[in-house]
Amino acid sequence: MNHIENVSRRRFLTGVFGTGAFILAVRYIPPALGQGQPVNDQTDADRATLHPNLFVGIHQDGTVYIVAHRSEMGTTIRTSLPMVLADELDADWKRVKIDQANGDKRYGDQNTDGSQSVRRFYDTMRECGAAARWMLIQAAAQQWNAPVSECSTEMHAVVHKATGRRVGYGELASAAAGLSVPKKDQFKLKEPSEWRYIGKRMTSVDLESLCTGKAMYGMDARIDGMVYASIEHPPVFGGKIKTLDDQEALKVAGVRQTVPIDPFKPPAAFQPLGGVAVIADNTWAAFQGRKKLRITWDNGPNESYDSAEYKKELRETAHKPGKLIRSVGDSGKAFPTGNNVVEADYYVPLLAHAPMEPMVALAEFKDGKVTAWAPTQNPQAVQAIVSSELGIPVQDVVCHVTLLGGGFGRKSKPDYVAEAAVLSKKLGRPVKVVWTREDDVKFDYYNAVAAMYMQAAVDDRGKPTAWLQRSVFPPITSTFNVNAVYGDPPHLAQGWTDLPYDLPNIRIENGPARAHVRIGWLRSVANIYHAFAIQCFTDELAHRAHRDPVEYLLDLVGPPRTLDFTNVEYPNYGADYKTYPWETGRLRNVIEMVADKSGWARKKSTKGHGFGFAAHRSFLTYVATVVEVELTDDGEIRIPRVDIALDAGRVVNPEATRAQFEGAAVFGTSIVRSGEITAKNGVIQQSNFNDYPVARINEVPVQTNVYITESSAPPAGVGEPGVPPFVAAFCNAIFAATGKRVRDLPLSSNSLFE
Amino acid sequence: MKLKVNGIDRSFDGDPNLPLLWYVRDILGLTGTKFGCGIALCGACTVHKNGEAIRSCITPMSAAAGSEIRTIEDLGANGLHPVQEAWMQVNVPQCGYCQSGQIMQAASFLKSTPHPTDEQIEDAMAGNICRCGTYQRIRQAIKLAAEKSA
Repeated sequence: MNHIENVSRRRFLTGVFGTGAFILAVRYIPPALGQGQPVNDQTDADRATLHPNLFVGIHQDGTVYIVAHRSEMGTTIRTSLPMVLADELDADWKRVKIDQANGDKRYGDQNTDGSQSVRRFYDTMRECGAAARWMLIQAAAQQWNAPVSECSTEMHAVVHKATGRRVGYGELASAAAGLSVPKKDQFKLKEPSEWRYIGKRMTSVDLESLCTGKAMYGMDARIDGMVYASIEHPPVFGGKIKTLDDQEALKVAGVRQTVPIDPFKPPAAFQPLGGVAVIADNTWAAFQGRKKLRITWDNGPNESYDSAEYKKELRETAHKPGKLIRSVGDSGKAFPTGNNVVEADYYVPLLAHAPMEPMVALAEFKDGKVTAWAPTQNPQAVQAIVSSELGIPVQDVVCHVTLLGGGFGRKSKPDYVAEAAVLSKKLGRPVKVVWTREDDVKFDYYNAVAAMYMQAAVDDRGKPTAWLQRSVFPPITSTFNVNAVYGDPPHLAQGWTDLPYDLPNIRIENGPARAHVRIGWLRSVANIYHAFAIQCFTDELAHRAHRDPVEYLLDLVGPPRTLDFTNVEYPNYGADYKTYPWETGRLRNVIEMVADKSGWARKKSTKGHGFGFAAHRSFLTYVATVVEVELTDDGEIRIPRVDIALDAGRVVNPEATRAQFEGAAVFGTSIVRSGEITAKNGVIQQSNFNDYPVARINEVPVQTNVYITESSAPPAGVGEPGVPPFVAAFCNAIFAATGKRVRDLPLSSNSLFE
Repeated sequence: MKLKVNGIDRSFDGDPNLPLLWYVRDILGLTGTKFGCGIALCGACTVHKNGEAIRSCITPMSAAAGSEIRTIEDLGANGLHPVQEAWMQVNVPQCGYCQSGQIMQAASFLKSTPHPTDEQIEDAMAGNICRCGTYQRIRQAIKLAAEKSA
């Protein structure tokens, strides 16, 4: 299928303002969806005079509407994808208005997750912009009776250089709308040298509203007649109400009533957790009412979950042979016992997302249909879960996507939106569900707790002749299939299956673990614990061999080559392996780049002052990181400087990319210093930023330098790849400064640092 | 009870324990001030009370009575505040949810400490969490705002 294919010209036949939905199929939309697909709610682009495809519309006044179909949670995607389209359209950015799309499968994938928005839609955006530009040029050429080849565009206008004529896009919109939409082979994309916006500094279209309090998040959604709800969830995952006494709660001023919510039917997936909602006139009254509820719970089987015991179980499992994921050579025979065998255990606990905006959603059930306003990464999943919870068709669920006050993967799971819809149906009026911070911390879809066992047999130079790595973690698939206990290929592929080392014998395994809480995606996901184990163990081996960690890693990575995954299940982040091969040369390049830029060769670690290093590929992006650590007189760990070199292929928005890597260093700082969720009797023990601290301004890297490789390779991810190598490099720096090896995260619960 | 919010006289006769945060958000509809933790640990709810930064999530209406409250909506009402200008120049925000609180905190801090040291900036801003991790730029923007008004 062509990237762009005109499946309906109905709009042009019925006139410019015809009501029929004009649909242009783009990549990732199954062809069958074409005509007759109900349109939830039109965008301004849909309504514009010239509307050659889903993503752009040009009004007669010259306004260009560009649809942002991915969710904005701080990555600047609401700006970065539209600016690609605007570039190919040769539009004046000042005359572009962004339309935030509702959930609607006509856009293809909208799950803003997996660092894939640019990579999956870069070509589509370019083609949609170029197709519109082509139509405008044709229209002008016809008007002037000039050859098309003599016409070109200049910032929102078509020009004919020979005669000096010039006509604006707005004036051409009507005439262009009468032309057929070009096929992909009819128009030409710009040369990179012609780009106005791609690869240039661009700030968010929302920047001013973000600095003036005008930006509208899910938390800020309001409609007439709405009531507020706060929900007491079962304290243990899978628990149910035994008895409920709401008498005292109902006496709280502003509280209207309580409403029970059914427990979910396993697997939990995106269903509401169940519990009791307190309905009130304002948020605070709902919170207060909840405190007065008297509930006894049937906690169910997860009541036995104790995270300290569970850690021991994971470690025991990690010490037993597991399921073989990948092998090279004959590692079974290559492990002689003796003092040239090194082994180590690593551990990363459950992690919570804790975005600054807790879960919140507003929903109105009316006339058999639901309209929701939600800070969601995944509006089509909102449609799906609300549809199934309420028994209404998917197209009768309209999901407006607000700005997100952080997401980090939590808001790709729309359980909280389903809660608002279920309550609105029961109450017959709009309901805004507001989670407290405590709800957020206690009822998250946590990043999996993981134990990794590492073993290497080394030669005289300290280089491994055989390498064994075994990970054990409750898989994300357990949230969707209660029997799932082994890591699934896509998540094992996150930095585990694809160990890039050039060694004669390698054995990669995974062991089983049963989940007792909801497990979900968190920024960087399985790469966090995989890179932590591999990159810290490598650093241990380098020090043991008295070799420089950078030189040692380069030795292990070996010569530039494309990794061969023949007969290995390697999903590669859902990307085609030919387009996005795993190239060790690119990893070597970022390693050498960060060593150079950070002045690694001149930096000698001393007591109380150390430099750590790590490198990792994730989400198709290659990253190498150097972290400097300093111990203050009172034993505090400071991070004066971080250097990050990355190769993410073609970088659309370098400014946003730098910001993402700066932020990744902070996110990683939280993981290393204090990220830990624990459970006792099935109940999560943390509740708020006092016992689930996240990094503050005095704890984070003071200066993070980001170096972007110039590349014309296809674009790759930037939101997540910064976290995994930072975590490992930070721990390696702590070792360099203190001589203490961090194998169990976080530092705050580590006896080494008491 | 009576109070002033963004220069407008208001009277309130509801529960005196209602936190100021929910008064400005749910009752006045001023949603620029954010809810983040409810226990004064994150600073997303920061507003000015008689010119000083306070956490509105733990400030009951009884304690706000008789005072002048200023929220982010008013800070730049007559042209952007120098702190807001610096924030835009440095391109501080990512998701932006915490930034109303960060800006209100920084504006009040710079008023009392026009030429802050790095350490003073850390001390003043340590109560405001940014989960996206924009701290490096917050630091930079505060220095820029200080330089500009010097």
